[in-house]
Amino acid sequence: MLAYIIRRVFQSLLVLLVVGLVAFSMFSFVGDPVDNMLGQERTQADIERLRADLGLDKPFPVQYWRFLEQAVQGNFGLSYRQGRPVSEILVERLPATLELAFVSGVLALLGGIGLGIFTAIRKRGVAANMIMTLSLVGVSLPTFLIGVLLIYLFSVELGWLPSFGRGDVTRIGDWWTTGFLTETGLKALILPAITLGLYQMTLIMRLVRTEMLEVLRGDYIRFARARGLRDRSVHFKHALKNTLVPVITITGLQLGSIIAFAIITETVFQWPGVGLLFINAIQFVDIPVMAAYLMMISVMFVGINLIVDLLYFAIDPRLRVDRSAGKTT
Amino acid sequence: MDKDPVLSVRDLVVEIPTRHGILRPVDRVSYDIHAGEILGVVGESGAGKSMTGNAVIGLLDPPARITHGEILLSGQPIHNIKREALRKLRGKKMGMIFQDPLTSLNPLLTIGDQLTETILEHLDVSQSEARERAIAALEEVGIPAARDRIGSYPHEFSGGMRQRVVIALALCAEPELVIADEPTTALDVSVQAQIVALLKRLCRERGVAVMLVTHDMGVIAEAADRVAVMYAGRLAELGPVREVITQARHPYTAGLMASTPMASQGAKRLRQIPGAMPRLGALPHGCAFHPRCDRATAECRADPPPRIDYCDGRAACWHPLAQKDTTKGEPA
Amino acid sequence: MTDTAPPIPPTPERAPSRLARAWQSDFLYSFRRAPVAVVSFCVVLTLVLCAVFAPLIAPHDPFDPATLNLMNGFTPPGEANAFTGDSFLLGTDDQGRDVFSTILYGMRISLFVGFSAVLLAMVLGVVLGLLAGYSGGWTETIIMRVADVQLTFPAILVAMLIFGIAKGITPPEYRDQMAIWVLILAIGLSDWVQFARVVRGATLVEKNKEYVQAARLVGRSPLSIMLRHILPNVLNPVLVIATISLALAIIAEATLSFLGVGAPPTKPSLGTLIRIGQEFMFSGEWWILVFPAATLLALALSINLLGDWLRDALNPKLR
Repeated sequence: MLAYIIRRVFQSLLVLLVVGLVAFSMFSFVGDPVDNMLGQERTQADIERLRADLGLDKPFPVQYWRFLEQAVQGNFGLSYRQGRPVSEILVERLPATLELAFVSGVLALLGGIGLGIFTAIRKRGVAANMIMTLSLVGVSLPTFLIGVLLIYLFSVELGWLPSFGRGDVTRIGDWWTTGFLTETGLKALILPAITLGLYQMTLIMRLVRTEMLEVLRGDYIRFARARGLRDRSVHFKHALKNTLVPVITITGLQLGSIIAFAIITETVFQWPGVGLLFINAIQFVDIPVMAAYLMMISVMFVGINLIVDLLYFAIDPRLRVDRSAGKTT
Repeated sequence: MDKDPVLSVRDLVVEIPTRHGILRPVDRVSYDIHAGEILGVVGESGAGKSMTGNAVIGLLDPPARITHGEILLSGQPIHNIKREALRKLRGKKMGMIFQDPLTSLNPLLTIGDQLTETILEHLDVSQSEARERAIAALEEVGIPAARDRIGSYPHEFSGGMRQRVVIALALCAEPELVIADEPTTALDVSVQAQIVALLKRLCRERGVAVMLVTHDMGVIAEAADRVAVMYAGRLAELGPVREVITQARHPYTAGLMASTPMASQGAKRLRQIPGAMPRLGALPHGCAFHPRCDRATAECRADPPPRIDYCDGRAACWHPLAQKDTTKGEPA
Repeated sequence: MTDTAPPIPPTPERAPSRLARAWQSDFLYSFRRAPVAVVSFCVVLTLVLCAVFAPLIAPHDPFDPATLNLMNGFTPPGEANAFTGDSFLLGTDDQGRDVFSTILYGMRISLFVGFSAVLLAMVLGVVLGLLAGYSGGWTETIIMRVADVQLTFPAILVAMLIFGIAKGITPPEYRDQMAIWVLILAIGLSDWVQFARVVRGATLVEKNKEYVQAARLVGRSPLSIMLRHILPNVLNPVLVIATISLALAIIAEATLSFLGVGAPPTKPSLGTLIRIGQEFMFSGEWWILVFPAATLLALALSINLLGDWLRDALNPKLR
């Protein structure tokens, strides 16, 4: 098991190195940062000095190494657009995104698993069929459209909830800001959280349903029924646990992608998080911000993947045995 | 037999509506099983053997359903009772053993968990008592060091051991009837005999009625007291195992015997039955076996043969093979 | 014991014509029996035809400034404009463009990008999948590793990134012109992994079957074995994935355009139209937003429903 974990960690580092290379290549090949940073009135001397300052005159591997060195320390240079250190901007924006992603994730997970079980058990029921049809609408409805429609309904027509921003925030510690503690902050969170969570919820629900139906067809479920166990026990003790094994991976990835999908929600609601920052960076070809965002989100994804893999061990006893022992037939 | 049978199946019909019409995988089947008796149900795959077993225990997969006939367990009808009432009978009054021990145990629960939950469901005992009973059940089916292995997961057992666990699970609430659906098919040949012997012993010691579904004539010859031969959803022959094996009366049974390798037959060349069993959607008129039967006449092609009732020793055939010591009248 | 179970009526036998046989086939049978699939198919067909023949159907050419009259701006649907007296089926936007026409032309761009992106992803995925599955070794390791890394990230993020990089590479003066092609590239590259994985899996299975071994022994070239023997076996899953990918690609395009990193306002797709419409949501001109949004939803939903049905029809196991 330890060997497995070490191998997984190693693989994760490899992924990060590759992503780092992509991010670094963006610096090197996409646009000329010197062009971007200096205005129209520039001299050759200005250009040369800036190139040397940025280390752009060094050979490629040296530059890559320097980039990695800096990246590990969280240093991605200055934003072309704002002229401030990228790390500073990211840290400022991160709490907004994390709070939004957390609330949406909880919503998606609880709703998705609950509805997935329900629709699998009541396969032929009217309610389950209605939920399934609605879920297809949910999958077809692009996230941004959900957001726009929610704004139209609850902000424009009904005027109940704010259509943009984060409301009043409270500062906690050095850099964390939270919207959980004020009424406007909580109200502002509702629509974005639903927008972001709904799509993931439908996906998780459909996945749980498919897996659960597959498991319910299994021999051991039949055998459990043949032993006269109650439906409750068959569904929740026997089927659910087996359903969760494959569901965990994809759900883990889904939750990771919430952070990426936050880009869309944040743009719709002008939510001051890292996603909105990233979109603005793409629009203005602000490479350092794009690269930093990419690296940050990669670390998160790789971390989530690693945790998901380790969760397998907690659930599936077949993985806990040492394979070399060979007790299985 | 003077005592009431544990299981009586009367005129049972199972139908599956499909878009090409109604299929009838089980067509007017009747038989009894008494306490301490093993009834072997034999036939090719698709002959309706497993479907009969599933119908008895109430686990037909929709859209398959019982449309006719009755099933009596210890004299009480169980084919038309409520879902919940039937569930309470499963495990308690009748157990089932499935074909593949690899897939019939939940891989994520210990065998102890699976045993105790079944015992607690059906018997009014405490948690610790259930555990003791679980250990006893494992010991009874021949799991060595049962007390130590009760916390093991299914994957930690070999195939034969797993099938023993499955049998322990089916029997742990002390049912009167056990339906064993191809219990040896997925096992190694060397293990098969052990499992058959175990089933036989449990049947004799506990007086359980066993319905042994298999396509393996060897297993039938080894274990069964009586045998029911099924063909295309219908009962072809029913009788004591010795008589059916040595003096088959239905041409299909005779063909089945001739095509089965038996150690005692030595190096005699095996015969085969020409053709294949018809699909349920395209059953021939009259006797379902007539296209493959060398004794078939116009009669066979026109009308189905008279059904066997639940007495022994008769075959559903217009022209049964002659018997050396015929005691019962030929069906007209 | 009385015999009350009724006998089964025999099925009449007949030799149907080839056309009748095709109509009777399980595939079309399940299609005819699925009203949802039939309706979705009709909706998709109608929308695609509308998009293809947009220049013939649309009352105005929204890209021709000569036909536009700024005075017509903000005409509500079905009503006559207060200044010019013109009326428009679905109203006009701020610049006086007919919303119905912009939707038809916008759908054209959305569908073009969607189809092209899926085609790109499919070709790339099938080729790489075949290559990985058939040749194995280092080729396979590299292809599947890249796929794994890419799969770690949501497709939409990969598409955004590719779009951002491509945008950085193109000189600023060509950016609007190139945007459509960059979009196709971005969405296509973000979506090939699905195809590659399925094709590789199927290839690995088929590769070791006897008929493929036999074809190898008689000296068929690897290319012809892949095309003649392996490819036909993976067509069903590829078709299902392509349908679902199409809906995803159209949604991805709309999302990118909505976020302002896709089709430019001079060549608006449905997503761009929704982005434009959103600005007028608060001032009461709802039609500029609602009609493009409804069109996008109808398109994505019907393709998804069709894909869902197709998956069930071609994979009876999953039903």
